[in-house]
Amino acid sequence: MVGNADLFVNWARKSSLWYLLFATACCGIELMQAGASRYDMDRFGAVFRATPRQADLMLVAGTITHKMAERVKRLYDQMPEPKYVIAMGSCANTGGPFYKDSYCVVKGVDLIIPVDVFIPGCPPRPEALIDGIMKLQKIIMRRKNYGAKA
Amino acid sequence: MEAQAIFDILKGKFGDAVVELQGEGYSPAFVVVAAAAVKEVSRFLKEDPNLSFDVLMCLSGVDYKEKFAVAYHLHSLKHRHAIGLKAMLPRENPSLPTVDDVWPAANFNEREAFDLFGIVFEGSKDLRRILLPPDWEGHPLRKDYKYPDFYHGIKV
Repeated sequence: MVGNADLFVNWARKSSLWYLLFATACCGIELMQAGASRYDMDRFGAVFRATPRQADLMLVAGTITHKMAERVKRLYDQMPEPKYVIAMGSCANTGGPFYKDSYCVVKGVDLIIPVDVFIPGCPPRPEALIDGIMKLQKIIMRRKNYGAKA
Repeated sequence: MEAQAIFDILKGKFGDAVVELQGEGYSPAFVVVAAAAVKEVSRFLKEDPNLSFDVLMCLSGVDYKEKFAVAYHLHSLKHRHAIGLKAMLPRENPSLPTVDDVWPAANFNEREAFDLFGIVFEGSKDLRRILLPPDWEGHPLRKDYKYPDFYHGIKV
């Protein structure tokens, strides 16, 4: 009985992954592409929202500077639970091309907020982004919402 | 008008404040002027009808290790000619007069030079950091800049 409730809740969550449009660099172009008609992320229930208060998923698409880090944290805090984060592209994963010698770029968005899925690539193709979203859906399906408390 | 002719006009008008012409290997050629005279020279370059440099294409800070410099790239839409203007500054407390009342576009460029090199533009309308956060310490494009270990608890 508890298993069925988990299954239902997780299925509902994974099928409506509304993501916060948060594009700070060229990954944002691939993100737009993935949302547009050719790759059509709407098929997986992933549509973009312009406000964190309506979003379940934060797609960090691009370079995060130290000046931006505060805003990233604030937007993440404004999202309602349960919330997930995908770090898209080398910059959001590790700092990417700015890893070696930069004073202003945060070396990975996981230094600021918890990340569920990392997508490598500079920038990743839309297929890679869709793969990352499907990986996140698998993570959501594994989640025990009620069983853990029992 | 050629760079040498512009230099001669400036030399005749401002005398010792105009130091030299850097022509060979420079495009456009640079007229080096004393830092204190930058504003008067700029105003003359803009308002003289034969020169009429109405566009400030670019204003940049430069770190030569032993000294700083500010370089101005000027262009005239009327006469279709260009010239560079350069002012050398000491390494300790580099400062020179602002030109944002001659070309209002200078403000953003001056803020950038202030932000990244710490060059102070006296009399500026609004001299704040433009790229880095307001509480950042140091000026990162200086050759002797030391990276901080942490900024607001995040490793740099």
